[in-house]
Amino acid sequence: MSNVVDMRANLASVTLPSPVLTASGCAAAGRELDKFFDVTAIGAVVTKSIMVQPRSGRPTPRMAETPAGMLNSIGLQGPGIEEFISKDLRWLRERGARTVVSIAGGSVNEFAELANRLRHEEGIAALEVNISCPNVESRGQVFACDPRAASSVIHAVRRHTGAQTPIFAKLSPDVTDIADIAQACVSAGADGLSMINTTLGMVINTDTMRPALAGITGGLSGPAIRPMAVRCVWQVRKALPDVPILGMGGIANGLDALQFILAGANAVSVGTATFNDPSAPWRIHNELAAALADRGFRSLADAVGHAHREEGVNL
Amino acid sequence: MASKRFGKPDAGPIQVRGEVLAVRRSGDYYVLVFAAPGVAEATAPGNFVAIAVGGQPTAMLLRRCFSIHRVDTAGALGGTVEIVVDAHGPGTKWLVERAVGDPIDVIAPLGRPFSLPKDPVPCVLVGGGYGSAPLFMLADRLRERGCRVDLVLGAATESRLFGVVDGRRRASSLTITTDDGSLGTKGRVTDVLDRLLDDHGGQVIYGCGPMGMLAGLAKVAQERGIVSQCAVEEAMACGVGVCMTCVLPVIGSDGVTRMTRSCTDGPVFFGDQVRWDSVGTVPSDCLGAPVSATGGAQR
Ligand SMILES: Cc1cc2nc3c(=O)[nH]c(=O)nc-3n(C[C@H](O)[C@H](O)[C@H](O)COP(=O)(O)OP(=O)(O)OC[C@H]3O[C@@H](n4cnc5c(N)ncnc54)[C@H](O)[C@@H]3O)c2cc1C
Ligand SMILES: Cc1cc2nc3c(=O)[nH]c(=O)nc-3n(C[C@H](O)[C@H](O)[C@H](O)COP(=O)(O)O)c2cc1C
Ligand code: FES
Repeated sequence: MSNVVDMRANLASVTLPSPVLTASGCAAAGRELDKFFDVTAIGAVVTKSIMVQPRSGRPTPRMAETPAGMLNSIGLQGPGIEEFISKDLRWLRERGARTVVSIAGGSVNEFAELANRLRHEEGIAALEVNISCPNVESRGQVFACDPRAASSVIHAVRRHTGAQTPIFAKLSPDVTDIADIAQACVSAGADGLSMINTTLGMVINTDTMRPALAGITGGLSGPAIRPMAVRCVWQVRKALPDVPILGMGGIANGLDALQFILAGANAVSVGTATFNDPSAPWRIHNELAAALADRGFRSLADAVGHAHREEGVNL
Repeated sequence: MASKRFGKPDAGPIQVRGEVLAVRRSGDYYVLVFAAPGVAEATAPGNFVAIAVGGQPTAMLLRRCFSIHRVDTAGALGGTVEIVVDAHGPGTKWLVERAVGDPIDVIAPLGRPFSLPKDPVPCVLVGGGYGSAPLFMLADRLRERGCRVDLVLGAATESRLFGVVDGRRRASSLTITTDDGSLGTKGRVTDVLDRLLDDHGGQVIYGCGPMGMLAGLAKVAQERGIVSQCAVEEAMACGVGVCMTCVLPVIGSDGVTRMTRSCTDGPVFFGDQVRWDSVGTVPSDCLGAPVSATGGAQR
């Protein structure tokens, strides 16, 4: 048996040469990380969620380290869609990197406008729709926490996106039943699901005796949330056996990535680990390939969801 | 005058496995010396390093950042780097407990360094606490160009000064201030700055230290119509420009204020670019600032 594993990953209508992608907000638009590894070698660069208008983000402090994790409250700082297209997307295209563009909005219309603006841009492998942001038209209720709001966003984005471009809905773990939201997004036209976004957390600075973040609460990421993320992937894979899943949350090495694949993810994103090791996405690709080979898998696809097999059924 | 808005073009940081060569005390601080192949040659004064802490596996995910104090390209181990560490939290304590020969994972050189004046103008260098760490390399570069270098070191108390002996040797003059008067002039660095600038005609103020001190230096420079360059210290999660945690309000060449990354666009900024009074906030005229209370909430 050959120990060269076929690492191609299928995410709806796109096939990526590697199942390891960056995570939105943890790789900017790829350029900085290209100094540490070849960004064209990984599955795709997932860009920081972009909004219609330029956005300053929140005041500092924006982060606090926590045990095996961190809290962030960046507040979706970004240059707005026009500058994103003329600078970041252009750089990615010229560099030859596969690109998943993450979009975020405060209303259904804003998401639709973004999809429309991106519709005729070249070099976009897929859209990731960050629905973990507050709906300004619904007292700041997060889209991803309400099946109806989530489904209106996905519906609007699907309507304004060409059929050749898959759209992935990015889910929040801060819900009672993630499979419910997943089902709502798929029914509204999502081709795939990304999970998980950060989970809401808080740290109090015991010197100042005030919240450590200027934004008070923040999103928790890193290995601390990995078991929660694996559980989410498992539950959604069980509920929706055929929907492509991009799994993430605390992946720091090849075996972490393998857990997600076995739980049912078709590919993975690496986020916070990149802050510790800027070449983490490519390192994890290689570690995952080795881990699959060690276990006798000939292709990544064979391992997807393998942990769901019935007792006694083996390779 | 400073010749360019910024220093030499970014050659790009590298990630290397370094080796600890020495850890020694200096007042309240530690000086950590390590071999880091390829870093010394590429370093300019004001660059910093990001070091992984806690060993593997660790619960401390984020690298710790330190100004590069000194480099030696002639070392037998292919270039050595020195940093000054104030060991107050778990990551910095772990670092100073390293033994000679221990490996450390280093990313360097990071950030935009200080830019050097084209002409041999007199310069005043001001360091607060361990903030003086990058100034000695800078003093050497400036003196090589024929600049007069007046050095000011300030701290709360004598044990929190760094580089007093070195400063005497490497600067044209050394002035010391402490808040409690335990060494030098009792007071703040800004209290002695005017006299130094009057006496020696300083054209550029370089500073590294606490935000309040930097704001003070920038103000003095602005009042006199001279240049200031300040190395800021903001909490950083990645150090390489991908996370947007390390921002502060900076006025761009187009006059527009943006929340600007201090890891890649800094840590050295011209004093008149930084909105010192607004650090820790988003000024309302900043690009993309929230227009209403409801527009501000997001994560
Ligand atoms: C460009 C730059 C240059 C620096 N130069 C020096 C130097 O020469 N000598 C020195 O002793 N220190 C320096 N610092 C500060 C140093 O990085 C922090 O003191 C250190 O990260 C604290 O780590 P800890 O584990 O001891 O503390 P903790 O409080 O446990 O740190 C927790 C987290 O917060 C971050 N953090 C906490 N305080 C700071 C801070 N003041 N600045 C940045 N991040 C912080 C840490 O990186 C870490 O992610 C510099 C910081 C920056 C950004
Ligand atoms: C600093 C930071 C910024 C982030 N920004 C975004 C973002 O803009 N859009 C988004 O969908 N997710 C964002 N995320 C969430 C990540 O993409 C990812 O879902 C989450 O961090 C879990 O993965 P990890 O543990 O590997 O980081 C951000 C995470 C971090 C740490
Ligand atoms: S520390 Fe991550 S962008 Fe500056």
